[in-house]
Parts: sequence; C-alpha cells; structure tokens
Amino acid sequence: MLRALLARLQQGHRTISFPHGEPSLPDRFRGLPVVDQAKCRDGCRACAEVCPTDAIAADEHGVRIDLGRCLFCTECRDACPDGAMQYTAEYRLAQRTRDDLVLTGETLKRAQALGAESRRLFGRSLKLRQVSAGGCNGCESDVNVLNTVVFDLGRFGIQFVASPRHADGLLITGPVTENMQLALHKTYDAVPSPKLVIAVGACAISGGPYRDHVEVHNGADSVVPVDLYVPGCPPHPLTILDGLLRLLGRIT
Amino acid sequence: MSSRELSLSIRNGVAIGVSDIPKLTIGEFRDSVIDGVADGGRIAALFGRPVGERVGLVAVLAHHGSGTLSLCSAEVGDPYPSLTPDCPQAHWFERELAEQWNVQPQGHPWLKPIRFHRSYRNDQAARVGSNANGILPSVTDFFQVRGEEVHEVAVGPVHAGIIEPGHFRFQCHGEQVLHLKVSLGYQHRGVEHALINGPTKRTIHYMETLAGDTSVGHATAYCEAVEALAGSRVPARAQVLRGVALELERLANHTGDLGALAGDIGYLPTAAYCGRIRGDFLNLTALICGNRFGRGLIRPGGVAFDVDDDRVAQLLQRLEAALTDVTTAVRLLWETPSVPARFEATGLVSRADCEALGLVGPVARACGVERDVRQEFPSGIFRFAQIPVSTWQSGDVFARAYVRWLEIQRSVAFIREQLAMLHGAPTRVEVGPLAANRLVVSLVEGWRGEICHVAVTNVSGRFAHYKVVDPSFHNWMGLAIALRGQQISDFPLCNKSFNLSYCGHDL
Ligand code: SF4
Repeated sequence: MLRALLARLQQGHRTISFPHGEPSLPDRFRGLPVVDQAKCRDGCRACAEVCPTDAIAADEHGVRIDLGRCLFCTECRDACPDGAMQYTAEYRLAQRTRDDLVLTGETLKRAQALGAESRRLFGRSLKLRQVSAGGCNGCESDVNVLNTVVFDLGRFGIQFVASPRHADGLLITGPVTENMQLALHKTYDAVPSPKLVIAVGACAISGGPYRDHVEVHNGADSVVPVDLYVPGCPPHPLTILDGLLRLLGRIT
Repeated sequence: MSSRELSLSIRNGVAIGVSDIPKLTIGEFRDSVIDGVADGGRIAALFGRPVGERVGLVAVLAHHGSGTLSLCSAEVGDPYPSLTPDCPQAHWFERELAEQWNVQPQGHPWLKPIRFHRSYRNDQAARVGSNANGILPSVTDFFQVRGEEVHEVAVGPVHAGIIEPGHFRFQCHGEQVLHLKVSLGYQHRGVEHALINGPTKRTIHYMETLAGDTSVGHATAYCEAVEALAGSRVPARAQVLRGVALELERLANHTGDLGALAGDIGYLPTAAYCGRIRGDFLNLTALICGNRFGRGLIRPGGVAFDVDDDRVAQLLQRLEAALTDVTTAVRLLWETPSVPARFEATGLVSRADCEALGLVGPVARACGVERDVRQEFPSGIFRFAQIPVSTWQSGDVFARAYVRWLEIQRSVAFIREQLAMLHGAPTRVEVGPLAANRLVVSLVEGWRGEICHVAVTNVSGRFAHYKVVDPSFHNWMGLAIALRGQQISDFPLCNKSFNLSYCGHDL
C-alpha cells in the first residue's frame, strides 16, 4: 500500500490543461499543410503526382489539398522543387462537411457546433460507441489515448460505452470493409435517434490508402450520414479532442 | 534424399534467383516441409502464387539453430495432399491457400475461410466460405460441443471496447471454456492483392498500415526487402535510427500492454500510469519524425529524418524519465500479491504446444523458447548490436507480462547505447530499380514477434508476388489453445496477454 502511495506521488499530476493554453506538440509535428501558391511554377504538378492518395489537385486554379484523403506523409513537401509546401503546427482540422476538408487557400474553417437542440441533448454528456471498420488500428490507438489521464476525456462528459443502445452516436474508424458493412449498419440502427456520427481518420473519411479497393467502401459516409470528419493518418489525439469539443460547442 | 537436398538454404535479407528455388513434386515438397519441421524448423511462410493455370506453392522454413532459412517450391493443380495432418503448423497457412487460390488441400482436417473474400484465382467464388448468399463473414461451420450444460457464447465483431473487429465463439461447460473458435477477416482490405505489380507510390503506405501499431516493424521489413532486391547498402546511421525506432515501438506497445493487463484485473494504478507512459514513448518517436507511430520515418534506402546532437540529448533525457516512470508503475504489479495471483497459471500454453504451433514473439519466449529474429536472423543494426533474448518458463499470463517487462529494460539499454554512439553518415541513399526474377525473405522482430515479408519480382523488376506474414498469423491459434479449460471470464485477460493484431492478420 505504501509503495502504491509512493508510486502515486512519483507519477505526479499529468492531465493537460487543454483546451486552455497552447498544447505542446513536437516541433516536427505535421499539422495542416499549406502551400505558398506564389512560389508555384506554371504547370508544375510535382506534388499532385507523388501523392499516394491523389489528395492534391494542381491546375490553373492553383493547388488544392483534400485533407480527407491526406495521409500527412511528407511526399508532396519533399517533391516540391520550390519549397512551396510546408506543414504547420495547426492541429485543429476537424470539419462538419466533406467539402470543407478541401483546402484551397491557407486558412481552414473551424468546425461549427451542432444546433441548439442537439447541444442541449449532447453538450454536457455524450456517449459514443466506437466501431472499427477495416483500418490499421492506428486511429483506434489514438482514440483510446483520450481515455488516459493525459487527456481525461471524462472531464468533458464524453465517454465511450460498450453498447450502441447506450450510445448517442458512433465514432467510426476504417474505410468500411465489405466484411464490416453489415455490422456497421446494424450498430448504427441500434443507436437510438437522434444520433451523431463521427468519422475519424483518412480511411473513415475517404478510404485512405485503401481507396477504391474492391474490398472497401471508401469511408463511413458511403454507409451512414456523418456529422464530423476528423482528418489525419491517424489524427493526433488533440485533433480528435478538439473536433469533439467544437462539435459540442465547448470550444468556439 | 534428406530434407536439406530438397531445399535451398538462404539468409534473411539476401536476394536469390527465383530459378534457384528447388522445384519439387508435391510429394517431395511435403517431405521437405514435414521433415524440416520435425528436425526443428518452423514454417515462417507457406503461400501460393499463380503459375499459369496452376498454383506455385512456396515454403520458407526458419531454422533456429543455424540462423538460416530454407526454401522449396512445388506446383499443384487441384486438389493436392494437405500437409496439415502431418504438420499442424501448416494448418492456418493451408486454409489461407485454399481461400486465396481455390486449391483444395485434401485431407485438411478443418478447411474453413480465414478472411472471407473471393478467390484471387480467376476471381472465382472461394472454394471455402461461399454459399448461396455469397461470402458472409463468419458464416461457416463452427466446432460445437454438445451435451447437458454445454452452451455457446458468441462475441463480436463489434466488441465492448475500442478495439478491432473479430468474432469469437466459446464452447462452454458452465463457466469453463472447452474450446474457442476465432473467426476473423472483418479488417480485410485487400492489401496483398494491391501490392502486386508494385512498388507504386502507395506501397510504403500499405506497409505502414498493415498493422498501424507496427508501422516501423513492417516498413523496416519492406525496406530491407527492396534494398536487397536493388542491391543497395543502407548507411550505418540509418540502420541505427531504424533500430532505435523499432525498439521505441516495442517500448510503447509493451508498456501499453502491461497497463492494459493491469486494467483487466482491476489494478488501476498501473493501468493509469502505463497508459500515459505508453504515450511518452510514442512521443519520443514523434520527436524524431513528427508522427507518434513513426509514419514517414522508414523509407527505402534509409530514414527520412535525421537527429542532431540536441535532439539526441533530448531523446536520451526523456527516455530516462520514461524508464523511471515505467519502472515504478510496473514494479507495483510484481509487488502487489493479488496481481501475480491473477496472472499465474492463467492462459497456459505448454512449451510443446508452442513448438508444435510455431508461435512467435513474446508469446513464444514466455513458453521458455528462445526465439527472436534480432538474435537468430539479425539484419540491420542487430547484426552488430545484440539484444539478449528475454524468456520466462511458465507459459501463462504472468510469463507473457514478465517477458514484456524484461524486454522493456533491454530495449531502453539498447537505445541508450546506440544513440550515444551515433556517428556522422548519410541517413539515406538512392535505391535503384529492383532486379528481375529474384526472391527475398525479410524478417524483422516486431514487438509482437516475427514479421516475415517475401517479395518476388517479375521480368521487369516489379512485384510478381508479395507475401506478408504478421506475427499474429502464427499466434491466433495460440490464444485458442490458451483458453482451453479456462474460465470464460478470463478471456479478456488472456486475450490482452497475447494482444494480437486483427488488421495484420486480415490484411
Ligand atoms: S502529405 Fe497528404 S497531400 Fe501530401 S502527398 Fe502525402 S497524402 Fe498527399
């Protein structure tokens, strides 16, 4: 017992102050990619060509990056002959609609909160059922991290529950494989209405690296309506947490 | 003929000509594999690939004493005599063969799909697993026990926690589990199929997401395979950084597992601390490359990120802090009598079963078997810097936990030593085109155990075939065996002590 108490003292208090103050992220953290279009050469498509998920469109209207497909992989940055592409430390990436994930300029919207009625229902207590539907378990790992003392998700009234019948919504990861489609449908149907769906990670948004494989369905919104998209491969836990709190109107 | 003459002996990460692989009759092939395993070899891979209208079988055996691998091949039409009745290790591999290539291993005792997908051969419905409604996951035969008070418990694919999907069926007598059936395939996303004709711009990303918690392990196996095929020499500095990343991956996952084991028996202090410390190790990887899982770090020819002296100092300092924290957190486990009491004699796997099934990684080492790629088939930095193999004899949950703890200490020691000696050199070289018609076997000791990649190139130096064997592929049967005679309520604890990958298995 004494040892347990000493260990407790040694481990200290570790919960981050988020959403207050600036979170600490590694200096090489790959957040929002931005393109300095002024540096782009005419007709150069180097970034678009190397992108593994064809997330980049480069044409006469400039360079557009679809964050819903982006793996945040550095390929485009390294391929750019003019250093026009850089990552920023911006981790606040979640969006309410699929279109808002397409980055045209340097700025990205911040996800809007739910309507007043939904906020009244879910704002102070949100129970989610997680469904893993064919990804690599990376997103699941970083969703799980929200339950550690560092993020302490419970303090925001958000909790993952064991049964869809106890849930207010689903948090979906993975591209939705053919083999998980039915299970996802059934789980969605088992959640009482009104319900929310949160798609976490490139796979759940667009199929990720498995896009257009015959074995997958290119993301959660091919099967169920989605209320919040959290991009990344996998998204940093703070990106997920920020998205959840914005959706509930707890950060504006 | 002895088994050695029926196979070609090769080394990990050394490419050979496809035409050098002995082509045997199916009878000789069976003898070669069955005798090789009887002599102490282990099936590292056994797979099929299309050869015209027929299917070419390739077997890779790992010989633990000599540190060599042996290869042989045979072509079969359909059906062919199954290896499994004489060699249980072939069981899961032959189920995969039947499903992928629509061949029938005749006499296989329990031929069922393992992933539930269409056959790769002529896109036929698979021989196993299809019915009038097409292929539905887990719609197949399940072993059933009948009798009074015998009942069946089915769980999954959607589980209670934040974990991957899989279906488990327990045949129970009261609380006691007589038999567990594991039915997977929900995470099947067609990766192996998509690798054919590569490398493409997606290939490295497939590798990093075969099993997302093993991004470094699988990416390293892939890179070592293509470097061997291209004849590239990876600079020493890059090899060190790859080794450091691999051990950081092990540290994060082993720490997380110890926390999760503590959580499963309700010992919350260690559960809470280790959950956090796991993140500290992941953040060390992020300090190197910006991503907690090491995505973007391991690239053909070396590594894509370098570390300067300041970063090394920071890494070392934070590594020591994390070691201090994980030491106090894990010691509590061994010093709190109720913890070992729950771990000991739970989920037993005997050494004999471990050998017969060909289990790998910490699960095998917890049965007292000294099996570790870093020691026996070393590649990269592990050829020069050896990490002692950590074993424990008891084969139970305790042993699987304790081996992880031993490995945590040894991984920290390795990283400490390697980072202190890091000297100047490039971190990456160009990798040229891959040689045509060659085959390479690439083994890496991932945190779950042996990762095996086999790459075969065609006449134009593209992948004619690419086989991935995640350690989980070997070990799922081990979990089923560990559950025999256990209380069903011990399933979460046993399961966590294996912590196998669904996506790595399903591919
Ligand atoms: S970082 Fe995103 S946009 Fe750039 S190449 Fe990678 S996936 Fe494509």
